[in-house]
Parts: sequence; C-alpha cells; structure tokens
Amino acid sequence: MSSSEIIAVLPLIILFVALVLVMLVIAWRRHHGLTATLTAAVLAGSFACMIAVEDRLPQKVGSLLIVDGYAAFFVCLVLAAAFAVVLLSYPYLQSRNGRHEEYYLLLLIATLGASILVASAHFASFFLGLEILGVSLYALIGYRGGLNGVEAAMKYLVLAAISSAFLLFGMALVYAQAGSLEFAKISERVSGAGITMLLASGLLITGIGFKLAVAPFHMWTPDVYEGAPATVTAFIASVSKGAVFALLFRYFALIDLHAAPTMLTAFSILAALSMIVGNLLALLQTNVKRMLAYSSVAHLGYLLVAFVASGPLRPVAVGYYLAAYFITIVGAFGVIAALSRQGRDVETAAELTGLAWSKPWHAAVLTAMLLSLAGIPLTAGFVGKFYLIAAGIGSDLWTLVLCLLAASAIGLYYYIRVILALFAQPDQEVGPVSAEPSYLSGSVLIGLTFALVFIGVYPAPLIAVIQATASRLMG
Amino acid sequence: MILEWIIVIPLLAAVINLLVSRWDEDATRWVSLLALFVNLIIVASLLATGENVAAEGWWIAQSDRTWIPQLGASIRFGMDGLSVVMVVLTLVLGIASVICSWTEITERVAFFHFNLLGVITGILGVFLALDLFLFAFFWELMLVPMYFLIAIWGHENRRYAALKFFIFTQAGGLLLLAGIVALYFIHASATGTYTLNYFELIGTPMSDRVALLVMLCFFACFAIKLPAFPLHTWLPDAHTEAPTAGSVILAGLLLKTGAYGLIRFVGPLFPSAAAEFAGIANTIAVVGILYGAILAFAQTDLKRLVAYTSVSHLGFVLLGIFAGTEIALQGAVMQIVCHGISTGALFVLVGMLQERVRTRDMRLMGGLWSLAPRMSGMVLVFALASLGLPGLGNFVGEFAILLGVYKTYPTLVVIAALGLIVAAIYGLRIMAPVFLGPLVIPWKLPDLSVRESSLMACMAALIVWLGVYPQPVFNLTARSLGPLQIGSSISRSVEKADTLTSPRAAADRGMITKVVSGRHP
Repeated sequence: MSSSEIIAVLPLIILFVALVLVMLVIAWRRHHGLTATLTAAVLAGSFACMIAVEDRLPQKVGSLLIVDGYAAFFVCLVLAAAFAVVLLSYPYLQSRNGRHEEYYLLLLIATLGASILVASAHFASFFLGLEILGVSLYALIGYRGGLNGVEAAMKYLVLAAISSAFLLFGMALVYAQAGSLEFAKISERVSGAGITMLLASGLLITGIGFKLAVAPFHMWTPDVYEGAPATVTAFIASVSKGAVFALLFRYFALIDLHAAPTMLTAFSILAALSMIVGNLLALLQTNVKRMLAYSSVAHLGYLLVAFVASGPLRPVAVGYYLAAYFITIVGAFGVIAALSRQGRDVETAAELTGLAWSKPWHAAVLTAMLLSLAGIPLTAGFVGKFYLIAAGIGSDLWTLVLCLLAASAIGLYYYIRVILALFAQPDQEVGPVSAEPSYLSGSVLIGLTFALVFIGVYPAPLIAVIQATASRLMG
Repeated sequence: MILEWIIVIPLLAAVINLLVSRWDEDATRWVSLLALFVNLIIVASLLATGENVAAEGWWIAQSDRTWIPQLGASIRFGMDGLSVVMVVLTLVLGIASVICSWTEITERVAFFHFNLLGVITGILGVFLALDLFLFAFFWELMLVPMYFLIAIWGHENRRYAALKFFIFTQAGGLLLLAGIVALYFIHASATGTYTLNYFELIGTPMSDRVALLVMLCFFACFAIKLPAFPLHTWLPDAHTEAPTAGSVILAGLLLKTGAYGLIRFVGPLFPSAAAEFAGIANTIAVVGILYGAILAFAQTDLKRLVAYTSVSHLGFVLLGIFAGTEIALQGAVMQIVCHGISTGALFVLVGMLQERVRTRDMRLMGGLWSLAPRMSGMVLVFALASLGLPGLGNFVGEFAILLGVYKTYPTLVVIAALGLIVAAIYGLRIMAPVFLGPLVIPWKLPDLSVRESSLMACMAALIVWLGVYPQPVFNLTARSLGPLQIGSSISRSVEKADTLTSPRAAADRGMITKVVSGRHP
C-alpha cells in the first residue's frame, strides 16, 4: 500500500482506530459524556480529514476501495449525519437509566460500514461494508429493549439476512459471468444486457431493494422505525439508506444501466410503486414514526426517478435530494427524540397536538422538516423536488413525473395533518409534552433547520460542490 | 435593489413579530402596519419618479442578481405598469386586513401577523418575479401561511376548508412546476441555453401540440387559483371558514395571482396556443359568471354568498384576459383592482357583523339598518359596487370587458351580460332581507367604531375614485399591457407596429375616457 493510498483512506482509518480507542476508553472508565464527546470528536476529525485529502483524489486503494470525489461527498454526508445523530443521542440517552457507552461504539461501527460501502469498488468490500453496517444496526435497533424493540431488531435481522442471501447469489452469478468481483473489471468484460447479468442484476436489486425499503420490499420499515430508538431511526433513514443508494448509483454507473432497457423498466416500476404505495399507506398512519417510515418509502421512490433519468441534471438531483433528505429526516426524528420522555418516544398524533404552544421551537423545527418533505419553498425540499422533476422531464420520463406529481399531492395531506395537529388546541386528557429542555439537542436542531433553509434559499454553493465531486462519476 | 427591499421588509417584519411578541403581543399589529406603510411609501416614491429603466418595454424598476447559476435561475424582479398596480393593491388590502383583525384576532396575535405578512411576501414576490423559478418559489410560498390563517383562526369547519384549499392549490402548483420545467427543456433544446429568465423564454419555438400541452399546465394552475368554473369548489369553503383578514387576502389578492399569472405568462409565453385556446377559456369564463351568480343567489350564509360572487366576478376577469382585445384586458385589470377592494370591503363588513352577532346566517338577520346605520350604509355602497353600479369602480371594469369582448365574441357577451342581471338580484339580496325589513331578532349591535368606519370610508373613497376617474390606473397599465395581450405577439410580428400607438388602441382608450366622463353613455 503506497503512502498516497493510505492518505486517501485516512478518514476511514481514523474511524477504525478511534473505534478501538473508544472501546478501550469504555473499558478504562465508563462515562457517558466522555464517550459521546470522543465519538463526536472522531467523526468531526474524520470529516475534516476527508476535506483535507480532497485535492489528492481520486485515488484507488488496492482493488477493494476507490476514494474519489463521489465517495468523498457521500462519506462527508454520512459523517455529518452521524455527528448530528451522536449529538442528539446524548440528551436522549441521558434521560434514561442504564449504561449507554456501547451505543456510541455501535454507531461508530455502523458509520464505518457505511463509509466503506460508499467507497467500495469491489463486491467484497461492498458486502463487508454492508454487513458491518447491518450487524451493528441489529444491536442498535433493539437497544431500547422491550417487546417492540426486540420485535423490530428480529424483523430487521431476518430480512437483512435474506436480502444478504439475494445479494450473494447475485454476486456469484456476476462472478460466474465476468470472472471478477471488481466493478471496473466487470464493466469491461460483460455488458449489462446478457441474460445471466440480467438475472444477477435482478437478484442484486432485490437485495438492495430490501435495504432501501422500496416497495414491494418495504414491509419491515414501519415496525423497525417504530421499534428502534428515535435517534437510531434517524440513522437508519439517513446514513444506512443513503450509503446503499450511493453504492447502487456507483455500480449501475459502471454497468451501464441505460444499455439494458429491462433494468430501466424494473427500476421505473419500483419507483412508481414506492411513490404510490408509500404515500397511500402513510395516509393511514396515526403514529408519526410509522408515517415517516412510509414517507421514506415514497421518498426513495422519488429518488429512483432521478436514478432512472439521464442527462446533466441527474447527478445534481440525486446528490442534492439526498443531502436535503438527510437533513430533513435527521431533523424530524431529532425532534421526536428531543421530546421523548423517560423510556418512551413521543410519537402519536395526540401527544404532538398543541406542541406549537407548549414547545414553540420544537414545533417550528418539526414544521420546517415536514414542509421540506412536502416540498414547500424556503426549505431544501422545494429545490430538491424541482431538480427531480427537471431530471425526469429532461429524459422524457413523463409517466414517472406524473406519478411523482400525483404522489406528492397525496403526500401533502399527511404532512399537513401532522402540522395542523402541532398548531391545534392541546388535548386536555393527554396533556402537553413535558420533556426537559436540552440545549445540546436544541442547538443541533436549530443548526439543522438553518442548514435546511440555507440550502433551500441559496442552493448554489451546495450544487457547485456536488458538481465538482459527485457528478464526475455519474456524468 | 429597491425591489428586493419590497420583498424583504414584510418578511423581516414577520420575523420581528415573533421576537416582539415576547414582550408585547399587541405591538405586532403596529410592526405589521409600519412595514406595509413603509413598503407603500417605497412604491409610491418609485411611481412618483416614474422613469423607464429598461431598454425594451416600460419598466419602473428592474433588478437582477445571480442565484442558482447552475440552473440558469436568478433573482430577477421587475415592476411595470401591471405589477405596480397589483403591488399597490396588495399593500392597501394588507393594511386593511391588519386593521380589520384588530379586535377579531385576540389569540396568538404574533403568529397570526407572522402568517399574514408571510402570505403578503409571497404575493408581492409573485407580482414582481421575472424568473420562472423565482415565480414558482413565491407561488408556493404563499400557500402555507394562508393555510395556517384558515386552519388556526378560521371558523367552525376550518380544518376541512384549509385542507381542501391546500390540496387544490398545491396540485395546481405541481402542474405549474412541471410546465416550467418542460418549457425550460424545450428552450434549452431549441437554443442550447438553460435559462429560466422570463424575457429569454418568450418566443421559445415549439410545435403547436407541445405548446398547447405546456400552456395547459400553466392554465390549469392559474385557473385553480382564479378560480375558473369546474375548479372553483375549494373557494366557497375556504372563504367561508377563513377569518376576516384571511378572506380579504384570499379574495382580494390570492385569486388575483391566478389572473396575473394568466396575463403575465400564458399569453406572452404561448401566444398561438393561448389564442387557439381562447374560445374554450372564454366559454369557461361565461359559465363561471352565470354559475357563480346563480349560486350566490341561493346561499343563506352571508359569507358564502360573497364568496360565490367572487366566482362570478373572476369569470369576467378571465373573459377579459382571453378576449384578445386591449380594452378588454384593461378592463380585466380594472376589474381585478375593483373586485379586490369591493369584495375585500364586503368581507370586512361581514366579518364585523359576525364579530358582533356571532352568526352568518341571513335567516336570523333582518332590519339591521335601524340598529347600525353606518355599517348598513357601507354594506350598501359595496353591494352596489359589486353589482356594477355606474359611478363605482366595478362598473368601469365590467363595461370595458364587455366592450372589448364584443369585438371578438359577441354571443358570449350577450350571455355574460345576463350575469349582470343576476348580480343585481344577489346584490339586493345582501341588502334587502338583512338590513331592511322588520327586525327578526333584537340583536345588541354596536355600530362601527372610529377605526372601522375610517377603514371603510377609505375603501369606499377608493372605489368611488376608481369609478369616476379610473384614468390614472388605465394610463399605468396601458404602457405594459400591449405586449402581454393574448394574440398580440402574432399581430405584432406581422405589423411590426407598437400596439400602444396604434390607432385602434388609442381609440379604445379614448372610448373609456368618454364613457367614464359621461359623454358617451
């Protein structure tokens, strides 16, 4: 391994070393605040390192990893989201009894897995990253304990294992055809259109579809979102799905997606199904966490519209939408975490009723996040939606765009319903939420809202960054 | 720069309101008033200098700064004769809605004014934006504060009404977005430049079929807002349930953004498609005129009655826009302004009545004139304005529209004129059973206070002024409406003549002057 290779993967190495360090610190002294601070510092350090090495990219690291602008962008996104989740987790866990240090360890492992995933150039590193991410998530999802937590963890475990089996079968078929597991070599040796490759891609899509929770592979989402602690849900919704999506993009940028019309049709069907099923099922929910779960199914469907599209707007649409979605979903679950009472998340509509008058700041943040999900201006969601529509129409995907328009009109209904509950008269029987205010989570939420509004009103800098980094790969 | 301030000031005031409310909730009323007055002064000073700043056309002010260069979107504002009239109307009705909610709104005052200023910011942005992305941005920005105004401070059935309003208009907004994006790509593939600049997108070459489809996206969105006949069902509910200020903003301004969009975008961007579609649009308009008027007549809820008259009046506006003659378009703008003032004032009055007697049911009212003569007198003035009595503003607008349409669609004019008769019936129905006749229930009904009567007096003065001397408004709009007229770009390119100086246009303007000054009744 040459020195330039080591420098390029330094952000990942930092995460790895810190993992051992945090483990040792926990063994030496159990202290919640110390562990949380250390974890946050490591994530920030890794982030800074990624930006520092940016001018030495792209750099291939062995045959397993490739750290290019695309990987750098998504690693930064993953690290930033993990950083926000750690800061939100501290007050969230502090209000509960028990020892919480291992939580941060698991979070770091999951972040490492996600970072490997977005930088992988080889099926081995892809699978490794996915399993590192997945295994730590099983523990994190069940972290709250209780029936719900265990049920959610079990469900995720079983389905993730099945999806891994699909992925492995797909990889084996690809290997049988191409004789290599390296993405670049596969794209040299085979075209995406052969029957074996189609079968392999189908299996891969099924596996990845489970991870992304696009319809019809979405069944686990509501239960896992509901059962997991709110901060972990934020992590799954943003980091886990985002990293898998980034990898999907990288793989199908190399195996030319547009050369295989069957694949395009398959992805289009997944997109349309996710948008419609996600939004329709979200209409029926009274639990905000479950509603957000179905809404995330729909949002992944929106993202797939840009994925199917071609043309110059496609990479920016994906990069921008994912960044906006990260901020939004972490912010939304952050509010739920910040409001949670001893051992229980505030999640039903009744508990949120009248929040605007008892906790105006939290309600304002949640409103901003929901409006962004609905795609209302001043928030990033509007620009993101515009880019998705533009990418879709730019490649003449009229059916998908019409699906998107219809789906987001339906989607408005349930976002607005929650917002309306926030501003309604408080329910006298349930009573207002009485969580203790935490300045830490408060400032993180304000920061996220500020970021949301900033990139919503002045998106040019972020778009420039995406064009300079991520779009080189996707082109 | 000055145009950006017009947008920023109310937005800033909205945020200040939230901060001020910690000390004094009532101060937010004064902050809101101050912001709107400052804006009005800025616009008045722009108007007073009244110079043309643009090389092409007639623009009082323009500004342009980069925003999203990657997309070709910029923060481009411009104020021409049409925009300035709409902006002044916005500010006047904004001030009226702050004043009329002085005693009506007592809960969450700061948040109320935050939303009020928010919706006004969005409306001002819509009237000034000359970049299609910026326009869509402000278009959707109007929506959420308006939703809150209805859903939080509205009446009994407010949630249903707010939701209906939101989903209808948002569906329209999404269609608009799709239309804008389609136009963006059509322009890019034809010329190679990706831009959302209004001026550059004018004259984008496209096939007739494509032009019609994209035009329909724009038209559907604006027709929902207007609201045109089959898409109007959200309006009676939203109007009825909204608080008074919400109804004023809704009727006076929000509906007008639809008309403005039709004038500013549909005609110039798709000249041939719009001209081709004009027959259908005008039929929709005439159906709306009659349908709205007849339904207005059938209502027992006073506010709902006024709401249905809006459907009818906005039908006239649609007719004027798609008539294809300059005088009709001028009449449409006049009708927009006068309907804003007269219907706004009627909603304020109905709101005051409801604040006092706690009902809007006309069957429970009767003989109120003896209890509150000042209020009743004011209602009479605006009801007469609404039915189109000569001497009051609406008459000028409706007459000019019918005059202009007569050249192109004489049959439709005859049918539309029937609407005026029904208008007289519903106008009298507001007056006769409610204010005249025997007292049904001896309400305890205090007459208008000084604040209320001075507000009403100002609005009455405005409507009378527009009725007897509308020429200043015509002069302002005449300079800008020529190129915006549907069908005009085709004739312009053929004749290469400026419509403003053409003998026909001059004759049209002369006729208005004569009609109004009574020499040519």
